[in-house]
Amino acid sequence: MSDHNNNRLFWLRPAVVRVVVYVLYAVCALSVILEFVIHRHEKLDFAASFGFYAWYGFAGCVGLVIAAKGLRRLLMQPEDYYEAPTEQANREPHE
Amino acid sequence: MSAWLANPGWILIAAGLLSPLLPRMLRQAFLVGAPLAAAAWLWHMPQPSETTVVWLGYTLTPLRLDPLAFIFALIFLFAAFLAGLYMLHVRNRLEPASALVYAGAAVAAVLAGDLITLFVYWEATAIASALVILANGPQTYRVTMRYLLIQVSSGLLLMAGAVIYLRATGSATFDHLGLDAPGGWLIFLAFGIKAAFPFLHNWLQDAYPAASPSGTVVLSAFTTKLAIYALARGYAGTDILIPIGAVMTAYPIFYAVIENDLRRVLAYSLNNQLGFMVVGIGIGTELALNGTAAHAFTHILYKALLFMSMGAVLYRAGTVKGSELGGLYKSMPFTTVCCIVGAASISAFPLFSGFVSKSLILSATAYQGAWIVWLVLIFASAGVFHHSGIKIPFFAFFAHDSGIRCKEAPANMLAAMGITAAACIGIGCAPALLYNLLPYPVDYQPYTSGHVLSQMQLLLFSALAFTVLMRTGIYPPELRSTNLDFDWVYRRMLPAALAHLQRMGTHAQAGFSTQWQQASHRATAFLRRSYSEAGLLSRGVSTGAMVVWTAVLLALYLIFYQA
Repeated sequence: MSDHNNNRLFWLRPAVVRVVVYVLYAVCALSVILEFVIHRHEKLDFAASFGFYAWYGFAGCVGLVIAAKGLRRLLMQPEDYYEAPTEQANREPHE
Repeated sequence: MSAWLANPGWILIAAGLLSPLLPRMLRQAFLVGAPLAAAAWLWHMPQPSETTVVWLGYTLTPLRLDPLAFIFALIFLFAAFLAGLYMLHVRNRLEPASALVYAGAAVAAVLAGDLITLFVYWEATAIASALVILANGPQTYRVTMRYLLIQVSSGLLLMAGAVIYLRATGSATFDHLGLDAPGGWLIFLAFGIKAAFPFLHNWLQDAYPAASPSGTVVLSAFTTKLAIYALARGYAGTDILIPIGAVMTAYPIFYAVIENDLRRVLAYSLNNQLGFMVVGIGIGTELALNGTAAHAFTHILYKALLFMSMGAVLYRAGTVKGSELGGLYKSMPFTTVCCIVGAASISAFPLFSGFVSKSLILSATAYQGAWIVWLVLIFASAGVFHHSGIKIPFFAFFAHDSGIRCKEAPANMLAAMGITAAACIGIGCAPALLYNLLPYPVDYQPYTSGHVLSQMQLLLFSALAFTVLMRTGIYPPELRSTNLDFDWVYRRMLPAALAHLQRMGTHAQAGFSTQWQQASHRATAFLRRSYSEAGLLSRGVSTGAMVVWTAVLLALYLIFYQA
């Protein structure tokens, strides 16, 4: 994970990642702005409210990750918890 | 006999049974040729058509082709072809042979018109698929046995339900059953096990990641979608399926977020996608059932594609653990692109296949006014993008440079991935291709500006959430771990509790041996009375009840014995 390696892999360079992130911010903003132009036909009233999918998607994912992180405290065990020592597969890459 | 064999599925079964005896070139030809030949046959069969035979006084229907059976049989054969292409390089004889038999049995099960024939092929898929897992090597023996026990238990329940139904109605025809039908609950449970209902689901996440790279691709296509087909046939409009499906869409994604084995992440998201189909069956309108069939069709393709790309990573890099991967896009550019196509499809991006199929189910749910379920499905849609759409390609191919440098996947794997990816994009761009195959007439337009906008908002803001959580360091890192799921109850808790009870029993026996003896005398006397003529246990009991209890006891014994 040295800087040298990061320089070699284009899509992992911090500067490139920063650009990707800014593009994402811009497209997110655009998708909300477009709501002024495009009318969404929804069968359910609350789904037609302004920016519903934006905040629901964002909040849902943040909630999902935080809840899952909490679950880890409750449920996480060593990788070989269930396995007899022999069942650990020894995989080799294929050339 | 010919009535049984005149079935496209039997081309694959016969090819599978023969192939271990053949030289390698012929085995390879069978792998891709048999599904194509069967598909050509299926395509030209008259529709609707039925073949009936009389067996032991009952009328059985070994072959029934109608629109619902057709679309499932067709996608099964396409999946068998793609998986065959993907496993062309495999040198062992067991995996391709059992894969062919497995796929053929699944096709024949879909084309079965009665419960007895369905049971026979249902069990054949169980055994053949277990061999697919076992073909990965002796280290898979225990997981294969766990898998086989649960699959066979499903078959036992189906058999018990079918016998009760047959005795009560005199007919074995497999059409709409519903929970009120004689044996209806047993058959429902049998289907539910294979469909990976909540708390019956762990066999899937346990077994699928244990198979070889190509084995998992084969497994991902058939068993669970056969169960979806069977539920759609027998239990359409059964209300309880709506909450079951909703829980299925949401429950597995929490595990998918923290799971480190990327093929197990995919197994969890497979489970989540089945939930959408189950909700569609529960709603049971023509739109919803079309949605279920369409989603099964697209799902088989994009899920196979995702498993193929992760299989290629496992094959070349030697691991699919998120904690060990990263930066592979440079070594495996084509695999990366195919994985992203699969990820976009499962996330239901416009122009990709998942969008045109999932929309049908979501719209059907909204039309019913079932807003709580609808909110859960939208949450699960955002979540599936989060853990499958972003997490899988991100941690494997980007994230950070793991230092792994490997070759691109072999040519046959690339060809299989390329065709599957093209199909995902083709269906997404020209939904009429898929809609024309659906069981009911389709009057639905997925590409309206409002619909595209709302879906893009949902996905973009899910991506935003991922980005923010990654950059603030809140996102949980990939860790080598086992996350306890419901199977802990029968793999650890109940066996431990039983062992404890046994120890208590031994102590008690030592302490109260005299009372014990007296009690045992009384017990013997009681048993003698019970077994005497007209005693409780000698009275006639209905065959149906006996079958149920035998099945239940056998299944419980096997599960605890194995655990």
